[in-house]
Amino acid sequence: MARAVDQAAFVEWLQRVGDNALILGHRVSEWCGHSPVLEEDIALANQALDLIGQCQLWLGLAAEVEGKGRTADNLAYLRDAAGFRNLLLVERPNGDFGQTLMRQFLFDAFHLELMQALKTSSDPRVAEIAAKAEKEVAYHLERSADLVIRLGDGTAESHARMEKALKSHWPYVGEMFLDDAVDAAMAEAGIAPLPSSLKTGWERTVSTVLTEATLTHPGEAFVHKGGKRGIHTEHLGFILAEMQFLQRAYPGAVW
Amino acid sequence: MSSEWPLWEIFIRGQHGLNHRHVGSLHAPDAEMAIRNARDVYTRRNEGVSIWVVPSNSITASSPSEKGPLFEPSNSKVYRHPTFFDIPEEVGHM
Amino acid sequence: MYAQLVKSEGAKPREEMTAEEIAFQDRIDRGEKIEPKEWMPDGYRKTLIRQIGQHAHSEIVGQLPEGNWITRAPTLERKAILLAKVQDEAGHGLYLYSAAETLGVSRDELLEKLHSGNMKYSSIFNYPTLNWADIGAVGWLVDGAAIMNQVPLQRTSYGPYSRAMIRICKEESFHQRQGYDIMMKMASGTPEQKAMAQDALNRFWYPALMMFGPSDKDSVHSVQSMAWKIKINTNDELRQKFVDQTVPQAKYLGLSIPDENLAWNEEKGGWDFSEPDWSEFFAVIAGNGPCNEERLGARVKAWEDGAWFRDGLMAHAEKAESRRRASRMAAE
Repeated sequence: MARAVDQAAFVEWLQRVGDNALILGHRVSEWCGHSPVLEEDIALANQALDLIGQCQLWLGLAAEVEGKGRTADNLAYLRDAAGFRNLLLVERPNGDFGQTLMRQFLFDAFHLELMQALKTSSDPRVAEIAAKAEKEVAYHLERSADLVIRLGDGTAESHARMEKALKSHWPYVGEMFLDDAVDAAMAEAGIAPLPSSLKTGWERTVSTVLTEATLTHPGEAFVHKGGKRGIHTEHLGFILAEMQFLQRAYPGAVW
Repeated sequence: MSSEWPLWEIFIRGQHGLNHRHVGSLHAPDAEMAIRNARDVYTRRNEGVSIWVVPSNSITASSPSEKGPLFEPSNSKVYRHPTFFDIPEEVGHM
Repeated sequence: MYAQLVKSEGAKPREEMTAEEIAFQDRIDRGEKIEPKEWMPDGYRKTLIRQIGQHAHSEIVGQLPEGNWITRAPTLERKAILLAKVQDEAGHGLYLYSAAETLGVSRDELLEKLHSGNMKYSSIFNYPTLNWADIGAVGWLVDGAAIMNQVPLQRTSYGPYSRAMIRICKEESFHQRQGYDIMMKMASGTPEQKAMAQDALNRFWYPALMMFGPSDKDSVHSVQSMAWKIKINTNDELRQKFVDQTVPQAKYLGLSIPDENLAWNEEKGGWDFSEPDWSEFFAVIAGNGPCNEERLGARVKAWEDGAWFRDGLMAHAEKAESRRRASRMAAE
């Protein structure tokens, strides 16, 4: 590693990146078998698979850096909600397909900026995961942006649904760009960019897509926050109740 | 029920130097989405492949000639499109 | 198997066949493949639509019982494997609908028939998946039973169906193994896990045997379908083969098959076993299985809730096309 880094902050930060992938992957996987059309069902499953794969890498690295003998599975299945570090946006319910796609688009645009920046991380393990994830995330964004455009500029109903989805998610996008002490330590060590530095690129992508989609940019909005320090919406508890049920009910069992 | 997404025939070049070959069909609202769906359905998004998509109803197929017109279904019927002209990989390059 | 009780149309003895029908039958007897544009008896076409359609419906309804454990899979790896498997089933549904579409029916028409209850899917998917070992049992027994049927169907006479089956069999090779792998972990795990594994086998054994359908040795439909090579083996042959394959696998797991009449029959070189309760089978087919309402309800809901999405994308594609046309005209 190029510069000295606060291990605790590094682990904390790795969980943020990993938990975003884990929780969003979980949400997306809920659609499997229930999508509006077969082709979309298959595409979404690919996306969920990518995210689960990324989360295994990030949480695996978090466990390794932590050095307490835990695994990615331990982190995913045995932390309670307060131990999760994902953004509130990704735990929001799927809603209709428009809500799901809009959430995906708003996150993908951020996720791609982040992965691109992480490719030059001072930590080679981070750079390596980011390089792999970047290709997947670029495709996620290509898909979600295109679908947002098409549905915004589709029928009156699809337009209205996308407007509604945009408004409903918008107060949750600000959290992606808030810096805190952990972020500052990562930036200091050259491991990761400050989240605030990603906003310009994100805003450019989002504005372009919303314009083409004939959707109204909501402008400034209230910012809900807390996910990055473990204060979540009520939704996360239910996700975990479902996700962790077997590991909790049968401690120590091998699956 | 509103109008169904059109049917597309998907051709994929699996490796450099090989011909595109027919791998199957899918539904998509337009060519661009047909290509994307083909990546997700038929290639699991491997890189280095090239995909062609063709509207199924744009394909004109030769007639199985020996029986003459009596036995021939109407060419204008979209549903008579040729599909799944794929060669199992076990057979090797053709 | 995924297509049960498929009624064959137009069975007739050779002396009543027309010249075309005889020529057609001879081609099949020679092992030739029938391709979409070629002449075929209407009964062959209709029977195939029914069979391939039912098979396709079974794939997409079959996503549901396993899909309901994706969010509860006990490890990240199990979650990814299960998701990939259920995704494959969507893909297989897609390939099969495409094959059916070559016969003059659209996918939307087939879905409409599924949603309105006019077409069936395999009885097996109306049973619930109640514990994690059920996911193992589904892969091991249900996919195992399906493979019994699908492997010979690779040689079916209808080209697009045969090619779809070849692709499906290739992709499906890992499905049964992943199921058995779950069963091995469960059967060798804690006492609770082993109990779950036995419970899963108890509940899925007879429904798996029912997948092959009732005995069809006297069925005219089966005789015709076999003559057309859209059915390769009788239901009883496949069921016997399945039992013979599965008994030693259960033994290896240390699980017992819930059949006191199970006994090795030296003479036939196979296992004797109890028939499933066929009245239950017919009840499930008629809509009274434990999960019929949920399964069909979930498919209908997905379709109806998704209408605005499909329409929105179609509307956009049409708008974009007319914009392109307008700008081309302006440029000329």
